[in-house]
Amino acid sequence: MKVSLKWLRDYVPVTEAASEIAHKLTMAGLEVEGMQVIGGDWKNIFVGEILAINPHPNADRLRLATVNLGSKQVTVVCGAPNLTIGDKIAFAEVGAELIDGHTGQKAQLKPAKIRGVVSEGMICSEKELGISGTHEGILVLPQSVQLGMLLADYMGDTILDIAVTSNRPDCMSVIGVAREVAAQTDKQVSVRAPAYAEEGPAIHSLAAIEIKAPDLCPRYCASLITGVKIGPSPSWLQQRLLASGMRPINNVVDVTNYVMLEYGQPLHAFDFKKVQDHRIEVRRAQEGEPFKTLDDIDRKLTKDMLVIADGKRAVAVAGIMGGQSTEVTDATAEILIESATFNAAVIHRGSLALNLRTEASLRFEKGLSRELPLIALKRATQLMVELTGCRVAKGIIDVYPGKEDSKQILFSAWEVKRLLGVDLSVDEIIRTLEKLSFECESTGIAEEILVTVPWWRTDVTNKADLTEEVARIIGYESIPTTMLSSSLPEPQTLPMRSFRQKTQDIMVHCGFQEIITYSLTSMEMLQKLSPKNEYIGPQPVRTAHPMSRELEYLRTSLRPGILATLVRNQRYKEATINLFEIGKIFLYKEKDLPEEREMLCAVLSSAQPKLFWRGNADPVDFYVAKGVVETLLSQLGIEAAFNPGDDASLLSGRNAVIVVDGDPVGVLGEVHPRVARAFDINDTAYLIEIDLEKLFSYRNDVKSYTPISRYPSTIRDIALLVDVAVSYEQIRKVIAASPLVNQVILFDLYSGEQVPQGKKSLAIRIIYQSAEHTLTDAEVDEVHKEILDILNHEFGVTLRS
Amino acid sequence: MLDKVEWLASQAFADLNKIANLKDLEDWRVRYLGRKSDFSQILRSLSALSPDERRVVGARANDLKVKLEETLTQKKSSLEDVVLSSSAEALDVTLPGRPVKAGRLHPVTQILNEVCDIFIGMGFQVAEGPQVEWEYYNFEALNMPADHAARDSFATLWMDYESEPGHRPMLLRTHTSPVQVRVMERTRPPIRIIVPGRVYRYEATDATHEWMFNQIEGLAIDTNITLADLKGTLYEFARSIFGKDRKVRFRCDYFPFVEPGVDMAIDCFMCAGAGCRLCGYTGWIEIMGAGMVHPDVLRRVGIDPDVYSGFAFGMGVERIPILRYGIDDIRLFFGNDLKFLQQF
Repeated sequence: MKVSLKWLRDYVPVTEAASEIAHKLTMAGLEVEGMQVIGGDWKNIFVGEILAINPHPNADRLRLATVNLGSKQVTVVCGAPNLTIGDKIAFAEVGAELIDGHTGQKAQLKPAKIRGVVSEGMICSEKELGISGTHEGILVLPQSVQLGMLLADYMGDTILDIAVTSNRPDCMSVIGVAREVAAQTDKQVSVRAPAYAEEGPAIHSLAAIEIKAPDLCPRYCASLITGVKIGPSPSWLQQRLLASGMRPINNVVDVTNYVMLEYGQPLHAFDFKKVQDHRIEVRRAQEGEPFKTLDDIDRKLTKDMLVIADGKRAVAVAGIMGGQSTEVTDATAEILIESATFNAAVIHRGSLALNLRTEASLRFEKGLSRELPLIALKRATQLMVELTGCRVAKGIIDVYPGKEDSKQILFSAWEVKRLLGVDLSVDEIIRTLEKLSFECESTGIAEEILVTVPWWRTDVTNKADLTEEVARIIGYESIPTTMLSSSLPEPQTLPMRSFRQKTQDIMVHCGFQEIITYSLTSMEMLQKLSPKNEYIGPQPVRTAHPMSRELEYLRTSLRPGILATLVRNQRYKEATINLFEIGKIFLYKEKDLPEEREMLCAVLSSAQPKLFWRGNADPVDFYVAKGVVETLLSQLGIEAAFNPGDDASLLSGRNAVIVVDGDPVGVLGEVHPRVARAFDINDTAYLIEIDLEKLFSYRNDVKSYTPISRYPSTIRDIALLVDVAVSYEQIRKVIAASPLVNQVILFDLYSGEQVPQGKKSLAIRIIYQSAEHTLTDAEVDEVHKEILDILNHEFGVTLRS
Repeated sequence: MLDKVEWLASQAFADLNKIANLKDLEDWRVRYLGRKSDFSQILRSLSALSPDERRVVGARANDLKVKLEETLTQKKSSLEDVVLSSSAEALDVTLPGRPVKAGRLHPVTQILNEVCDIFIGMGFQVAEGPQVEWEYYNFEALNMPADHAARDSFATLWMDYESEPGHRPMLLRTHTSPVQVRVMERTRPPIRIIVPGRVYRYEATDATHEWMFNQIEGLAIDTNITLADLKGTLYEFARSIFGKDRKVRFRCDYFPFVEPGVDMAIDCFMCAGAGCRLCGYTGWIEIMGAGMVHPDVLRRVGIDPDVYSGFAFGMGVERIPILRYGIDDIRLFFGNDLKFLQQF
């Protein structure tokens, strides 16, 4: 809402600097987002009058204008097409700061010789003055302006750009803002009651109004004017509209806009001769009802919208926009002025559905007072009389099915103390609220106050609202600053959060960079996870109106995001890339919110390991990825088995399922080359994915202590010949099952020369140790032989000699 | 016998003086102090002497042995010093060390942890809630019924539920505030929670707008919680995050689910309040919205607003690193360029 400080002064005697008013309004909830000073640098610009116009001796397009400035006369060269003798104009003397009409830059006016004629000054356009972009001709001032005065004294102003919050439609008006300024500066608002003469037959005999949807239109007022002469509005009115960011149209439309800006009540003017049967109905629109709005667009209405209709057809979409059929034109002489209240929700819904946000709808949709239409109508009618020379039919039609009593709230000083933490006496509170025109009455009981809410404050309905009013006026800065002293809730931790944080920390310590990717993805990305490029995941949830094809579905996997991130970072060729993300995936559930599962996903890739002068680091392979999983699980105190897996995104044979307690909790393996290619990954990449919530359920927070053996250990290294089909884990389990075995370490795996076909050689170090005594060689020999016997018996394992 | 001991000792000392390397020193040690050395044999054969002679010779021999050993130790360490400090072994200490692959948390995670820790220190507990929400929790429960004008400030990403008859409208939450309601529904006061999490808006992205971002929400409910407590809590928070010298401004603002409503700003650290591009020439940078929980919100979850009161606040998380580090494009956070992420 753009508010002219000059206009504001019509209602409240502002003496404070504009910046102080802006600060006070901002602190009180009406944030002033910007301030535009008009004429702040018009130092040498005066009001002049054109006395004579003569041709330029050397140029056809230029003329010589003689300007009377009151105290002196000057002649300047001027190229404007609209030079007229007798017009009042803005004259800039040499030295004035003007905007250059061509460059748009501010420049100081210098004496100039134009085609041989000296010109000491300039007659200004709106653009040169910085008022608007208009540069077609010079600015013509009203005749009433005093000759020789500083233009700044006449036109100078400060415009406050106020961000009005949606609870304060009353402040989408100059008077509303004036009330706030008055309350903040301890002044009174004065608004003159409109008055005008009525004549001729009564309006009731000329027009009829019926509200067929009283639930959506609690009040409808109208006046009727005749003998209207359509023409331009006077300059003062045009200037105020322009200052408020609205374009002047003609006197009738300008008056309706002016009163809307002044009071906050949108009005509509119907060409009464075109209103069929001279009858107005307020009703719900029919589904699919066609309607051509003022902006020349054919629209289809729905039954959720409200229309104003005449005896035959709709003539306006109520509260949003009028129609062409009854539009005011230059020929219009009789006008029905509408001033009504409409249901806020229906206007909001309608304007969204029609994609039509108008100054009117922006006010109605926030809920206007039902007391406002009559006051605003009278004001508009008065201005119509003054500006269009019309006559007013006797009376006003006022259909008011939704009349309400003024709101009363039982308030108390105790409530202020309870919510604000400030001690204010009943008197102080009353004095504070009265600044905002709340009528207050001490009930005499304890600290109670009976408060009557002024009619324009539709937003104030309860004690908390009144508390805010008090806080706004005394100022939030005067409220003390204290620390919470109330009792603490029962201590409660979020175990999943701690578990997640621990997992994050371990991954970081393993050298992984955390990333965060979008929760929405595309079907295309999800399909890329399968080597056959078809979607194989669980049913995804779709957004109703996707922002783009890339952001259509809630992700059912973290993989697309992390693989795409890997690709994006591939250009940094010199390093291995280790990434992880912990985030939610979303799985469809019937008639319920999707299931949100927290997942861990990680990738490792190193086509070109980091260069190092003592030899490069080992490249990443499956066992590097597995080492990360093993480290993670061991740090979390979880034991897992790794079985061959069949995840489609991973290459068969280099693909493992991570199993905890018989439950598959995740996978790891080499990204299938076709999947990698689909994502444009040109290195071998390894992927880890773990269901963090499953893992969480297997977490072991209870740690146990095993005494450290004080006895020496015995080491035996053996080389075993094993069938290739037998897994290392099968061998390891047998060895580790023996009670004296403390550790089993595989230190070489070999097949090839010297190893028979179909066999592999495993070199294993077994560390024997007892917690109770020093082991003798004989003891170890016996156990060692036992182990070898079992291995031989179960898997045909032999010692390699 | 004594003479022999003395002679041996003087011989040993004389030899030791001539030794110039560790190997000769070891030979010397074996010759004079080893198990088979004359010295050891003398000490072993003491038992054959008369008790008087044994006492004299034994004492002297032991004495000399200790002296020889001490001298040996000194000689050894000085010879070692020579070897250890020899320039042939010096490394080029400017050669790069072997890189250790180090990971980092995403800057948003780091800030979330930091903010949570500050509030945990003030007795708050972390709560979480779903990112896909019922319309009810995101709007109605927070005083924004259907067609309420305030919904316009929450451009909403609705989920596709229309194909299923009777399905209630669901959406990607536009703020973390629904979690307030969920917690109040299942917990009785006193309540003190903070809620970190992702939120979503139907919005075109540019340097200052992202359709997905993170918020931190706070809620405290009990008897006698006041706006003064809200100011105190947020004041402490602002100074913990943005520095002890920051000025904090509280002004009236409107959010449908609080009353009175509060906007909290800090003085601009670029211009210290003078007005610059960063603060939009106001001198203040808005950090969060807050207020006293609206009585209707409390009533809806069965908490009596005449007995209990409380405050709530919410802020964008990315805004903190943006301000702190001067990050000029919010899209960098989820663009996940390692050159960006590895700066934090």
